Amino acid sequence: MSQYILRRLMIAIPSLLGISVVLFVVLALAPGDPFSELATNPNVPPEVQAALRTKFGLDDPIYLRYLHWLVAMAQGDWGFSFVSRINVDTLILQRLPTTLYVVGSSQLLALLIAIPVGVYAATRPYSLFDQLANTFAFIGFSLPTFFTGILFILVFSVKLDWLPFVYTDLPGSGIKWALEMIRQAIMPVMVLGLFQAASMTRFVRSAMLDVIRLDYVTTARAKGLGQAKVIVKHVMRNAMIPVVTLIALQMPAVFGGAIVTEQIFRIPGIGSLLISSILANDTPVVMAVTFVFACLVVLFNLIADVLYGWLDPRISFR
Amino acid sequence: MFDNNLRGMIDDVRDGRMDRRAFVKRMVAVGLTAPLANQILAIGGVAMAQSPNPYKPTKRGGGGPLKLLWWQGPTLLNPHFATGTKDQDGSRIFYEPLASWDVDGHLNPILAAEIPSIQNGGLAADAKSVVWKLKPGVKWHDGKPFSADDVVFTYEYASDPATAAVSSATYAGMTVEKVDDLTVRIKFKDPTPFWANAFVGAYGCVIPKHLFAEFKGGKSREAPTNLKPVGTGPYKFIEFKPGDLIRGEINQDYHMANRPYFDTIEMKGGGDAVSAARAVIQTGEYDFAWNIQVEDEVLLRLEKGGKGKTLYAVGGDIEFIAINFTDPNTEVDGERSSMKTKHPILSDPRVRQALALLVDRESIKKVIYGRAGRATANYLNGPEEFVSKNTKWEFSVEKASALLEEAGWKAGSDGIREKDGKKLKLLYQTSINGPRQKTQAIVKQACQKAGIDVELKSVVASVFFSSDVANPDTYAHFYADIEMFQIPMTQPDPALHMRRYHSRNVATKENKWQGPNFPRWVNKDYDAAVDAADTETDPIKRADLYIKCNDLMWQDNVMIPVMHRLAVEACSNTVRPALSGWANQTDNLQDWYRET
Repeated sequence: MSQYILRRLMIAIPSLLGISVVLFVVLALAPGDPFSELATNPNVPPEVQAALRTKFGLDDPIYLRYLHWLVAMAQGDWGFSFVSRINVDTLILQRLPTTLYVVGSSQLLALLIAIPVGVYAATRPYSLFDQLANTFAFIGFSLPTFFTGILFILVFSVKLDWLPFVYTDLPGSGIKWALEMIRQAIMPVMVLGLFQAASMTRFVRSAMLDVIRLDYVTTARAKGLGQAKVIVKHVMRNAMIPVVTLIALQMPAVFGGAIVTEQIFRIPGIGSLLISSILANDTPVVMAVTFVFACLVVLFNLIADVLYGWLDPRISFR
Repeated sequence: MFDNNLRGMIDDVRDGRMDRRAFVKRMVAVGLTAPLANQILAIGGVAMAQSPNPYKPTKRGGGGPLKLLWWQGPTLLNPHFATGTKDQDGSRIFYEPLASWDVDGHLNPILAAEIPSIQNGGLAADAKSVVWKLKPGVKWHDGKPFSADDVVFTYEYASDPATAAVSSATYAGMTVEKVDDLTVRIKFKDPTPFWANAFVGAYGCVIPKHLFAEFKGGKSREAPTNLKPVGTGPYKFIEFKPGDLIRGEINQDYHMANRPYFDTIEMKGGGDAVSAARAVIQTGEYDFAWNIQVEDEVLLRLEKGGKGKTLYAVGGDIEFIAINFTDPNTEVDGERSSMKTKHPILSDPRVRQALALLVDRESIKKVIYGRAGRATANYLNGPEEFVSKNTKWEFSVEKASALLEEAGWKAGSDGIREKDGKKLKLLYQTSINGPRQKTQAIVKQACQKAGIDVELKSVVASVFFSSDVANPDTYAHFYADIEMFQIPMTQPDPALHMRRYHSRNVATKENKWQGPNFPRWVNKDYDAAVDAADTETDPIKRADLYIKCNDLMWQDNVMIPVMHRLAVEACSNTVRPALSGWANQTDNLQDWYRET
């Protein structure tokens, strides 16, 4: 087992290197530069812009810049943002808690909706409940988050005036603070959670239906076991294997944030950091965020594979 | 005649023979505005009555929180690294310059005890030096006293090339020396009629020597104070998250009486302009939102029965269509739009004039900019004394057609004019931005009626405004026939604004397209007028020279002004901000209060 994990990790190194090369080259070839805002300011002569480019090494050839970046990264130095001149790791750590809170809660909400609804719908296929669940799931994943987000804002903020639509990381503690933090997270969590729940419900339902028809389930029922026990102990455990993979592969997104939703609700998460850095051509930040994201995808793939073995002991690692 | 009279009257006021008020009244009678009359007095050597913004609160604090929404959040808080206005606005909460600009483009003393003038001995008659007297008793947020050393240090810091400060040009061509603890003297290399650039406005913010001294030059990025500003401003720093949030609290030791009014300040970033307007005008979650570049129609809808309104500040920002005087389609020595070529179509002044006649400014204002724009014939739109009254504009397809006809462009079978078998076809580029694409469409339509085939091109803003030497799509390369964008006027003086188009500043491959004269327009009279104005110390002659520059640009149709743009902000109905079209929105933050 440990040998298997070690081998997988070793294989990951060249693929991560490959990913980093591709990312770096694409970013370097992309047009624009982080100081374009200076261009039309008559107070700032163009030489200043040129001097900044030189100072930040933007005029070096691509391979040199990549090597600099790689060597620094290997030593744990993530570089600094061209735009805010702050170390990239500080910038990311500042944003991470918010993303974990908002996107994490929405994933949790999605699971809390998807698993019971999916399981219950699968036990009574084509019943009224199943039909309703299916219809809502379809609607849910057909509506993009930028649409539902704005719809929620119009209804709950503008018309009803119940919830704020600008998310701010408030300082403080105590119950009042906690309630405020929950209140302002309701809309983004609902938007993201319902979207996730929709597709996940359908996934859980079909995974359950695959298993529920198998012979061993009939045997379990024939033994005289109760419906609840059959479903939870015999069907669910096996049906959950693909679901676990799906969830594990979605975990990097919890760290990576949700670009569109974060933008709509002004959530200071990783997603909004990524998009504003891309728009500002802030290469070190974009590089760090995307590279960390790539590492997380590799890592969670591995975790999913290990979890398989735990859920289904017939799967062995070689 | 008028000029002589005016001079006489200014002397009368200076020597006390005429009342200041009477002077202003007479000026208003001959059609000048009151601020302009004041300005004339000031530049004529009469000390300006200090013009503080209206301020009602009678005690410091007690105003609760002030919540600002900047849809592009500040990303750094060192005013001398501030790339965009958003960063300048954020830094300005904590740092202060010696003086700020008020609504009419007058200087308002902040850290200065008084505004230098010839009368108080602050200004030298030869315009080669300025003496600033500093306000006594000012303290940095950490309790250390503010003194002339800090002002001198700020100059040293910003002008050191290794610091790579974006404000370096503001402090070039001068030396700053300490006279005593509360007096500094700026000495200019050349006569500098516009002396109020250094230490005024966004790039004029003074930084504390005791915290930055070790981080001057190459180590500038490492200063911890870059992230935790310690200034003299009305609010003290609490927290900063780049691109997201700035929080500050009241400075109980602030150096102006009864100020500031608010107990805490929050500047939130992110999102887009429309939803920012919504958060202020419709739901009232925020008190003030910056730079609301939203169609007027949308704003009018939001304002109906809302909790806030829009505010407009008049400055000198100009949206224009620039004409390429060189040929973008011929390559000479690896460079298109080379100075060795002439534009095959647009070098004919009649065609340029026809183009100017085809820009329907009234429709553009009505359909796109609404209250946020003013139609104008001038490139230079402020301050008042620099605005030409000699120009006019009109929209007329017939006159344009007649001019083109006269220039030899005859209508072809497909409605497109042609001359010597060549079609009248122009490439019109701009950056991607809603209002600009709509303007393009309006201009294109009018051109089509006159028989000009216009091809539209839009480039992503981050490319269009980049200094990337290898990218042919930047505004500076200008590989198109005409292009449109906006140039902001960051201070109430036209020197920098007009110097751009001096012929020595043409953008070429040789200077890596860094020359700011992108239309590559060469006019000897213009060069002479700009050079003369640069060192002209007589304020009235100087204003005349800039008016002449503007008129030359108008005659030659170098720039076709599309819209004189006003700054648009959204503000809660109760908050009374002090705004100026000549400065950053936060430049007079100490005077903001809430009407209860």
